[in-house]
Amino acid sequence: MKKKWKLSNIYLVVVFFILYSPIFYLVYYSFNSGGTMHHFEGFTLEWYKEVFRDVRLLIIVLNTVVIALLSAAISTVIGVFGALAIYFVKTRRWKNTLLSLNNVLLVSPDVIIGASLLILFTIVGIKLGFVSVLLSHIAFSVPIVVLMVLPKLQEMSPTLIDAARDLGASQWNVLSKVVIPYITPGIFAGFFMALTYSLDDFAVTFFVTGNGFTTLSVEIYSMARQGISLSINALSTLIFLFTILLVIGYYFVTLKNNRPGRLGGRR
Amino acid sequence: MMVLAMKHNIRPLYFLPYVLWIVLFVILPILLIVYYSFFNIEGEFSFENYRKFFTPVYLKMALSSFWYAFLITVFSLVIAYPTAFLLTKTKHKQLWLLLIILPMWINLLLKAYAFLGIFGTYGTANRLLEAIGVGATQILFTDFSFVFVSVYIFIPFMILPIFNALEKLNPTFVDAARDLGASSWVTFRRVIFPLTIGGVKSGCQAVFIPALSLFMITRLIAGNRVITLGTAIEQHFLVTQNWGMGATIAVFLIIAMAIIMFATGNRK
Repeated sequence: MKKKWKLSNIYLVVVFFILYSPIFYLVYYSFNSGGTMHHFEGFTLEWYKEVFRDVRLLIIVLNTVVIALLSAAISTVIGVFGALAIYFVKTRRWKNTLLSLNNVLLVSPDVIIGASLLILFTIVGIKLGFVSVLLSHIAFSVPIVVLMVLPKLQEMSPTLIDAARDLGASQWNVLSKVVIPYITPGIFAGFFMALTYSLDDFAVTFFVTGNGFTTLSVEIYSMARQGISLSINALSTLIFLFTILLVIGYYFVTLKNNRPGRLGGRR
Repeated sequence: MMVLAMKHNIRPLYFLPYVLWIVLFVILPILLIVYYSFFNIEGEFSFENYRKFFTPVYLKMALSSFWYAFLITVFSLVIAYPTAFLLTKTKHKQLWLLLIILPMWINLLLKAYAFLGIFGTYGTANRLLEAIGVGATQILFTDFSFVFVSVYIFIPFMILPIFNALEKLNPTFVDAARDLGASSWVTFRRVIFPLTIGGVKSGCQAVFIPALSLFMITRLIAGNRVITLGTAIEQHFLVTQNWGMGATIAVFLIIAMAIIMFATGNRK
């Protein structure tokens, strides 16, 4: 028994090593003064300085963040409405139809979303650039928000709404004082997921971004196609740190909200 | 019922933005893809694209795309299942799970880019090969590197649903099987695996469909040697500007996707 336990630990360690080594590889060479990703000459912060000196790159980072925040905020609003809509539909068939339509974009490959939205924007006459990227990010973030909010709604006891109504609350009051506070953790989770979806997206953006506008992933792609440049490594390291901060933040938000259930005692 | 009374005034308000989103960004784009697939490169209505799709060139491409996606899915499953299984046995499983998920949040491009360095001519992988006496070889821009990097990227997506399925598994079933004298292998084959097949299915779904449509990894890692359906679509839309043909391939990708979802769907 003891031996088997050890073997399984080795397996896990190997998997974790493989999962993380490319990331640390990137980080390690971002400090290389040699300028290549295979021979470490000496420690330098030159590449980080280069990243921060590159005004164009900083503008792209700003674009990416603005797109992410805006699209996450807007898709959270639409998604919460969507979840409420699905929740209040009483016919089973309609509920399932709405749910399947909701999930279409979640399971569609990015290329298809990108290509179809490219056709859409061209036909409607929306210029490719900020607006088209923002719209497409909203488009693919809405369903995930719905999926994060819906379980919270279903978990809410319907008697809560009945009680509020019996006590004379208006519909608006029921929504703002009872329903929304109850589903707030779901809304936060949805917003966060939308944010990461947007920050992470490459393929869809690649299709619908014009010549003038780029986000970070598209920029990294075009940089990487030209070969290795250690400023990409420096940039990756910064993004990696940012991601970790985001995840830790998210972890604590959900931990605080879900104290009684979920995370702890699930058997 | 109270909810019924609510329905009348507030309901349209909930529905409007969401239904608008469904119509504009879900239904309309799919219809447009289908519509465009009937136009050839000159913009005339024809079935030319569909005829072209059934020529050996495109069929071969589709077939190889499926083959690669299949390989990627199988390797991911083979590595992910034991990982998920062992994870459920660890002490701080939520923490370990978080560590598995963390790489998922790191941009795919950065991970692919890291492999440009690792698999490069003078990269770590080649130095390792030299050290064990095999000698340096071309790793980048081969089928191997493509499959490896894809599996690397998709593994967390396979681990997650399997882990969840294993967590839901009632441990008393396992105990019962053991009490009735089943060996660990028989317990696994007859009890654990059948009960977690749902997670395996959703994992395969989460890997196979994206694997069919990958396009940036083929460009960066496989150096255009591997052409997936996704690469072909991207090529037609953004490089050769033959939207009709791109849309036709997209239609077939959608059909393939629907079939896969149907085949791996969890019956309820």
